[in-house]
Amino acid sequence: MSTFWHWYITIITIGTIAVTVWFLIWSSRIKVDAAQEDDGSETTGHVWDGDLKELNNPLPRWWMGLFWITIVFSVVYLILYPGLGRFQGVLGWSQESQYEQEMEVARASFEQRYAALGALELEQLASNPEAVEIGRNLYAHNCSTCHGSDARGAVGYPNLTDDHWIWGDQPQQVLTSIVNGRQAAMPGWGAVLGDEGVLETAIFVQQLAGESVDPAMAAAGEEHYNQVCLACHGPQGKGNPILGAPNLTSGVYTYGGDLDTLQYTIRNGRAGVMPAQLDLIGETRSRLVTAYILSLHDE
Amino acid sequence: MNQTATMSGSIATDQTYNDKVVRQFAVMTIVWGIVGMLVGVIIAAQLIWPDLTYGISWLSYGRLRPLHTNAVIFAFGGSALFATSYYVVQRTCHARLFSDTLASFTFWGWNAVIVAAAITLPLGLTMGKEYAELEWPIALLIAVVWVSYAVVFFGTIVKRKIKHIYVANWFFGAFILTVAVLHIVNNLAMPAGLFKSYSVYSGAVDAMVQWWYGHNAVGFFLTAGFLGMMYYFVPRQANRPIYSYRLSIVHFWSLIAIYMWAGPHHLHYTSLPDWAQTLGMIFSLILLAPSWGGMINGIMTLSGAWHKLRTDPILRFMIVALSFYGMSTFEGPMMSIKTVNALSHYTDWTIGHVHSGALGWVAMISIGCLYSLLPRVWGVEKMYSIKAIEWHFWTSTIGTVLYIVAMWAAGLMQGIMWRTFNDDGTLTYTFIEVLARTEPFYMLRLLGGIVFLSGMFFMVWNVYKTWQTAPNRSASVAIPQPA
Repeated sequence: MSTFWHWYITIITIGTIAVTVWFLIWSSRIKVDAAQEDDGSETTGHVWDGDLKELNNPLPRWWMGLFWITIVFSVVYLILYPGLGRFQGVLGWSQESQYEQEMEVARASFEQRYAALGALELEQLASNPEAVEIGRNLYAHNCSTCHGSDARGAVGYPNLTDDHWIWGDQPQQVLTSIVNGRQAAMPGWGAVLGDEGVLETAIFVQQLAGESVDPAMAAAGEEHYNQVCLACHGPQGKGNPILGAPNLTSGVYTYGGDLDTLQYTIRNGRAGVMPAQLDLIGETRSRLVTAYILSLHDE
Repeated sequence: MNQTATMSGSIATDQTYNDKVVRQFAVMTIVWGIVGMLVGVIIAAQLIWPDLTYGISWLSYGRLRPLHTNAVIFAFGGSALFATSYYVVQRTCHARLFSDTLASFTFWGWNAVIVAAAITLPLGLTMGKEYAELEWPIALLIAVVWVSYAVVFFGTIVKRKIKHIYVANWFFGAFILTVAVLHIVNNLAMPAGLFKSYSVYSGAVDAMVQWWYGHNAVGFFLTAGFLGMMYYFVPRQANRPIYSYRLSIVHFWSLIAIYMWAGPHHLHYTSLPDWAQTLGMIFSLILLAPSWGGMINGIMTLSGAWHKLRTDPILRFMIVALSFYGMSTFEGPMMSIKTVNALSHYTDWTIGHVHSGALGWVAMISIGCLYSLLPRVWGVEKMYSIKAIEWHFWTSTIGTVLYIVAMWAAGLMQGIMWRTFNDDGTLTYTFIEVLARTEPFYMLRLLGGIVFLSGMFFMVWNVYKTWQTAPNRSASVAIPQPA
């Protein structure tokens, strides 16, 4: 803050308080040219609109006391805390330092627990009730917005409780999904296949999932599939966890398996994003969330 | 008060008061009040049943919420202020309004602004600044209407026949001048097409300007303006002199000097610098006594006439309004203290605080003053039914209490749940758990809102009957001439 603004703030702040104090004292002492009314009360003698008048009562003492208390409190506060321009206050308080202190206290109270759990393997963590409990808490605040409070997912957000893993079911693969995030890239094929081609391909995908469909349409769809889909989803449609290409034979869909949705997906593609959590919650907490998710599959 | 009702035309127009614009604004106060409160009830219900309006975009919560706030503050509250300030400034200056044409322009202009708001806000056209959402063409129209209002008001003050300026007019004057400054500064923006503009401020400066505006809209629109209303109609209805002239002086000047500083308390623990947060807090605390000065002056005006509260529900409206005013202006400084704010901020406590001011103070003082004003501008002794006013009083009071108690309880619960930690450093409650616990309080709030709104229909009936049975309702009132 420049010297000009420092003094600007300081002077008008102190000035405003000083003028308020002076005004309070002055107005409690001013002489008003009072007029005696018939009922013995004292008014200012001014009359408006026929009969509107003002009494000349003194300022209530308790009210003046209240005014003084707030002023004294404020002056003391300005000495203790930052307020007058660059002056930091004698306590040296700032909201950043308050945050740092509170975080320090918090860290001291639970970092040891995290350190102990951080040394365990993922499989051990998943069967450790304390780790699973913490993982559940972390999940509730960091993951449930998309994947749901019960981890059953929503349209566009995979169910984490079933046995269908898009990016792999190994503990290390689940951890990688959380730590680094994932970016799925299903390209749109509408321009290549045309409307009819998209429909036929969608019908073939339904056949892969075991639905009974028009065999002629499915056969046409299979040709499209072998041209454009096979590279990622594989010859039998079993998917590829390295690419995050879902298994199309499972009947489990991230975006929906009805014909309209399948056509939409094939025509326009999908770009699912799981955000990386490393910078947000760190390695240890990511491992605990992983443990919680693995624990959902134990029974 | 000796008013001689005369047929218009029997004496020269400039020898009478202009009550036409007062009647127009008074009636529109009731119309816009019902519209604004109804939208409030709808959005309160949407918070319980999010699909209430079938996902229609222009009926969604995000579009209707600014419509509610604009309608109750500027359409309902604004019309009440126009009506009463035009009435009061003439009566206490013994002068007709400075210009009938300009006064009429303020009526049609202000209502054009309201209609434009009611169209553009549901369409999603917004500047995105709370209580200053309206896009630049409407903001410009507001500025023109407001300057005209200032010309009419201060022009009337200039031509006054009574030397001393009545205290109500100090408050109305401060409200008009300050709102002009606030509105113009906060709305400075670069237009990008007819319905889009970008604020000239950015970052923390934008936030500071917005809440300098936002809090002074509370201070000058919703406090100073309505205190002006109170300062005329309470002594008029109680038929007692104002309690203390010197209290008027000290609380007026300290109120307007200190309110200006209070805005940063809306931005505690944000990227606003510490020094600005501190100044916002301490001046909010110093504001307590100046705010209470108005309450004391209003309530103590009744000393010697307390018995009137038993028989006069209009006076009861005013005194209960002053009590809610005293409560909110105590609560406000407390909430501005950083440690309290850390608990209350972003919770429904804030909503409760706002409504103890908006329903308890602003709406109830306006309703009371309208019941006092309407018979006078329609040339009748009193409202058609005192019983209906009685009913309105109780629905308003009970509705307000239900509303604010629900929001206080919800807010405290939310604040405490949000800050409860497990010993692993995670939060104990997720957002959705807190929301689920809040639902019963949302029900209670909705009930309070419905009860309050229902009272307005007693008013509609009563006002219609009063109008219908007034024998000479557009008669002009002659200005008293110096003896």
